[in-house]
Amino acid sequence: MKMEKLKKLTTGSNKSTTKLIATIAVIVILYAVMTILDATGSLTSLMKGLLVPVCAYSLVAVGLNLCVGYLGELSLGHAGFMCVGAFISAFFSKAFRGTIPDVPRFIIALVIGTFFAGLFGFLIAIPVLRLRGDYLAIVTLAFGEIIKNVINVLYVGIDGKGVHFSLKDMMALGMEPDGTVIVNGAQGITGTPRQSTFTIAVLLLIVAVIVTHNFVNSRTGRAVKAIRDNQIAAETVGLPITKYKLIAFTLSAAIAGVGGVLYAHNISSLTATTNTFGYNMSIMILVYVVLGGIGNFSGSIIAATLLILLPEMLRGLANYRMLIYSIVLIALMLFNWAPSILKWREEHGLKAIIKKKKEVQ
Amino acid sequence: MAMHQISLADDGYGDGVHRNIIFEREFLVMGFLTYLINGLSLGSVYALIALGYTMVYGIAKMLNFAHGDVIMIGAYLVFICTSNAGMPAIVSIVIAIGCCTALGMIIEKIAYAPLRKATNLAVLITAIGVSYFLQNVALLVFGSNPVSFTSIIPWKGLTFAGGQLKITGNAIIAISVCLVIMIVLMWFVKNTKPGQAMRAVSEDRDAAVLMGINVNATISLTFAIGSGLAAIAGALLCSSYPSLTPYTGSMPGIKAFTAAVFGGIGSIPGALLGGLLLGIIEILAKAYISSELADAIVFAVLIIVLLVKPSGILGKQIKEKV
Repeated sequence: MKMEKLKKLTTGSNKSTTKLIATIAVIVILYAVMTILDATGSLTSLMKGLLVPVCAYSLVAVGLNLCVGYLGELSLGHAGFMCVGAFISAFFSKAFRGTIPDVPRFIIALVIGTFFAGLFGFLIAIPVLRLRGDYLAIVTLAFGEIIKNVINVLYVGIDGKGVHFSLKDMMALGMEPDGTVIVNGAQGITGTPRQSTFTIAVLLLIVAVIVTHNFVNSRTGRAVKAIRDNQIAAETVGLPITKYKLIAFTLSAAIAGVGGVLYAHNISSLTATTNTFGYNMSIMILVYVVLGGIGNFSGSIIAATLLILLPEMLRGLANYRMLIYSIVLIALMLFNWAPSILKWREEHGLKAIIKKKKEVQ
Repeated sequence: MAMHQISLADDGYGDGVHRNIIFEREFLVMGFLTYLINGLSLGSVYALIALGYTMVYGIAKMLNFAHGDVIMIGAYLVFICTSNAGMPAIVSIVIAIGCCTALGMIIEKIAYAPLRKATNLAVLITAIGVSYFLQNVALLVFGSNPVSFTSIIPWKGLTFAGGQLKITGNAIIAISVCLVIMIVLMWFVKNTKPGQAMRAVSEDRDAAVLMGINVNATISLTFAIGSGLAAIAGALLCSSYPSLTPYTGSMPGIKAFTAAVFGGIGSIPGALLGGLLLGIIEILAKAYISSELADAIVFAVLIIVLLVKPSGILGKQIKEKV
């Protein structure tokens, strides 16, 4: 009896390890395909420009998947955490450009960006996690909008005397003539060193997948899943609900922050608009998560890659591409989730046909 | 005002100064009243949009993210009817309401009805897909350049206190339309058979089926009402804020959704209260604090309210059962 159980447990963990290896394999294959395409020169410059953003958004999607799939809470504000990571790391990189060599500066920027995104996640989670369901979703949306909005009116400059802040305009900073304005309100941060390469992005993505995988299968991760499945039961068993929820939410926000750091160090001008860091982006990332499969990290990455590249691939269709994109999105959702279609697929799908053939034989 | 005059006259200032102070006070009060009325007018539009969200949420338990884009479609229809076809305002509004009602029902039948038994998230993402679809159709048909919407309300409005307090016709019409619709809707939901069916479905869908209520028809009706109201909201919104683009609907949509949550999602008076409060807070924050930070302040107030009352101001607290 005991042996059987032990066997079951070990095979269980083997199964999840296989899943992890499969996810990493997916990433490596995508990386290889893209690198080969790039080397043979069959990538358009637009596609090339999308390589790092794809990884950045995949990272945020992995973070959000942790929150939606394992914590079981819908967050519509993950673009906000991405925004925090992006702006704080870009601020650091620009401020210390020339004083710290490139490589250590990027590493420190990465750590700082991740840390602050996690910190914001933690601070926001304390009040937010008291709410349930759709109310939690709307409050995270609100926080995301507030972060975006405040960054749009934030002016920060550095001069000999130190750091100056203002929420009004550049003049209100009261800077010495030798100072530089780093965050310039709605114009955001320009001139961040462009250090995120495709290789770094892919490496970070792999690290994030390993971290989330280990987290989900750890003692804490199991507790989080227990809370998701039945909070009252978990509470009765004696699990500290708030603690585990906080840990999962903070980790999820921190991973989104890594995505932000990557994103910020890939573009020369970083601004916080509705489409880059607003609710539109949060919703887009949720689309990746749901379409890729809730709780399935490799699915998130594949969905993010396909959906970001799809409009590029449809470029030949000019104005119709976003229309087709939206129709594909609706059709995919119906195909994957509608009970009547699922039943039809069971009866007439590939698996059913193969089964029938076997029966005939 | 008389009280102030006496107290001010006693404090020993010269005549001119005290007249100035009185003038300034009056000016401030009138300014405040103007902002308040503008806020009520914007809030009425939010309330009309929020009704669509709240009714659909109450009955179908889904967040209809495409609702904001139905507003935009409604506004474009009114624009075409009045500016291109030269129809009178009332006819074009009726046409827009008819088209949006049909649109709402078609969307529900094609995109949402097949997913009725699927998870909430799947329906949410489908709604987002529908939202993109409507935006892009509008983009193809009408182009991305903003069209300037001529107000459908020709009335200039009323002026009080020697021109210091102006109430625009837009504001008066918006507020009164909103109130009338709200009263009619509350009567409808309370006293008519279809209204009672709506309440029954929102209370317990399975029990409603057992009582012989046609759930599909009830949900269709809800979408029809919500979308019809969206057309009115679109016309009113664009009469006050005349620049119309395919993306016009999304931000008011999100804010109205916030308003619905604010008032307690699923509750019709909650949508009214939430919409009006949100409109007033937004306009006052724009006027007195910072126009760039107004949205942030609106959302901050929402967060504070939800932390104190986790199911909105008028929402029902649902106890979790084991």
